Amino acid sequence: MLAIEDLHISFHRYNKGLDRTKLTPVHNLNLEIGVGEIMAIVGESGGGKSLLAHAVLDILPANAETGGKICFCGQELDRKKINKLRGRKISLVPQSVSYLNPLLTVGRQVFRAAVVAGLSKKEAKIARDSAFDMVSLEEASMKLYPFQLSGGMAQRVLVAMATVGGAPLIIADEPTTGLDPELLAGFLELLRVTIDNGRAAMLITHDLNAARKVADKIAVFAGGTIVEIINNRENLTSDKLSHPYSRALWDSLPENGFNLSEIKHTYSARENGNQQGCLFRGACCCDREQCEKSIPPLMPVKHGLVRCWNA
Amino acid sequence: MKTFCKYFASKMLRLSIIVAVVSVLSFVLVSFAPLDPITAYLGYDRLQISQEQEAQIISRWGLDKSPPERFLSWAGNILRGDFGKSVIFNEPVVDVIGKRFVASFWLMFFAWLFSGLLGFILGAVAGTFRNSLADRVIRFYAYTLASTPTFWVAMILLVFFAVKLGWFPVCCAGPLGVAPEDVSFADRLYHLALPVLTLSLVGIAQITLHTREKMIDFFQSNHATYALACGETRSSTAIFHGLRNILLPAITLQFASLGELFSGSVLAEVVFSYPGLGKATVDAGIRGDVPLLLGVVIFSTIFVVVGNLIADLLYTLVDPRVRTEEAI
Repeated sequence: MLAIEDLHISFHRYNKGLDRTKLTPVHNLNLEIGVGEIMAIVGESGGGKSLLAHAVLDILPANAETGGKICFCGQELDRKKINKLRGRKISLVPQSVSYLNPLLTVGRQVFRAAVVAGLSKKEAKIARDSAFDMVSLEEASMKLYPFQLSGGMAQRVLVAMATVGGAPLIIADEPTTGLDPELLAGFLELLRVTIDNGRAAMLITHDLNAARKVADKIAVFAGGTIVEIINNRENLTSDKLSHPYSRALWDSLPENGFNLSEIKHTYSARENGNQQGCLFRGACCCDREQCEKSIPPLMPVKHGLVRCWNA
Repeated sequence: MKTFCKYFASKMLRLSIIVAVVSVLSFVLVSFAPLDPITAYLGYDRLQISQEQEAQIISRWGLDKSPPERFLSWAGNILRGDFGKSVIFNEPVVDVIGKRFVASFWLMFFAWLFSGLLGFILGAVAGTFRNSLADRVIRFYAYTLASTPTFWVAMILLVFFAVKLGWFPVCCAGPLGVAPEDVSFADRLYHLALPVLTLSLVGIAQITLHTREKMIDFFQSNHATYALACGETRSSTAIFHGLRNILLPAITLQFASLGELFSGSVLAEVVFSYPGLGKATVDAGIRGDVPLLLGVVIFSTIFVVVGNLIADLLYTLVDPRVRTEEAI
């Protein structure tokens, strides 16, 4: 449904006076999401995962530059096309309730989202009611203002916002932040049910465990690009991971020993350096000559795709 | 309701403290000012009265007493509602202020309304389409007007529209030779037009720039980004979400600017010889009418403070977050 080819996002930053540097927080990013699929994008916070979501919806800040191709249902997207798709075909579940207008009741905002997605007022009312029904919120909660919602209700409202217009692709940007395990499980279940109705989702999260529970494929995001895509989510174990960063991420989970490896520090120092070669060279077990020369492309391995010359 | 009463009571207490402080300060200023109430009262006739007569007036008005004693008796009278008698109009101060304020009220009301509405709309447009041609034109206009004195704008308008084109009257609140109570409604509006235009044009600048900033801030907020992500266009985001969010600070600013409006109306009324409170203030100052001057000072203090109070109360009406906290 969604195919991203070679996406770059860069910003110009002024250091001192007119001295400009170009930052490229997202580069060489390739990704494909099929119908009925939940693709989890897992990576550390502040790594640029949200930029990916914003790039697909074209809501990046004005000083951002993008390159590469984004195709939706086989059509390459440009500004004009994205304008028509937003809300109607691609919708966003934002990070928190702060993305809702604090001065409007949630019922009105969900209704408005339906109207903006192209429904008539009558249809929008029906869509709003069924959206609230689907996320199992009572009718009375429509009259609440965002600041009156509890954490769990807020998540449900945000899902209702994203689904009310009937958009087939849902992008969820860190929707699990700050949820306790019970709410998280509820949210993931809700997402699964939503997607099984013939939609697709991109779930952006820093929580590898949450991703494991719900996603069909897991893409590991590091150093501004996707370093590995794992097809098999069932019984994910360390030996199914091929990239040294993915393994480090796996080892850092509490149940796997909480091991923090040096790998993060090594690559982050190289980020934005616009230099040749693999960002992770020197930090993994076995450097090769090739690692110095070029960034490895996503190459197929047994359990998915990986960007590593060693795999 | 209980919290509201408490809130209101505390506001009223603050209001009375402000009025008390302002009356003490203005009384001190006036008592140091080189104003001679007897000259103000008698004018050139002062030369013709004898020393005894003058002494009589002084003791009758209590001018031989010390300033603190005079202040206490003046303040006591005010608390009883007696503001004294205006020397130049030969009428009770309360009556003068009442009559003059009605004239000024309409002037200020229309100016307040037009500058508020127009400024808000211009600011919202400029903020929504930041750095567009419209934004640049609006900003240029606002900066120019923000740095232009009111009386200068008044004179330019007067010269152009009244003298050169003859579209509007040159002065006053009604046609010359017609008693104030006989002036028709249409005539009143006709004479109000230029002063109102002056105050509106000048008053727009602040609210425009303020609203523009608020709109730009709004578009940087998470909920504006999300509205865009839901498929709203920039203008529909501004209309459906933005206006609601920036209305409150705009209303507050507009009520808080009553003080500037009041001082602006003084200047405009003088240029247009419009018989309002502002003109009366200037006359009282120039001709040494101390009771009227002090009366106007207290009145305008109350006027401005009440304006701010209204702005505070409106918060509770527009913002659900404040409203529910009140209700709890």
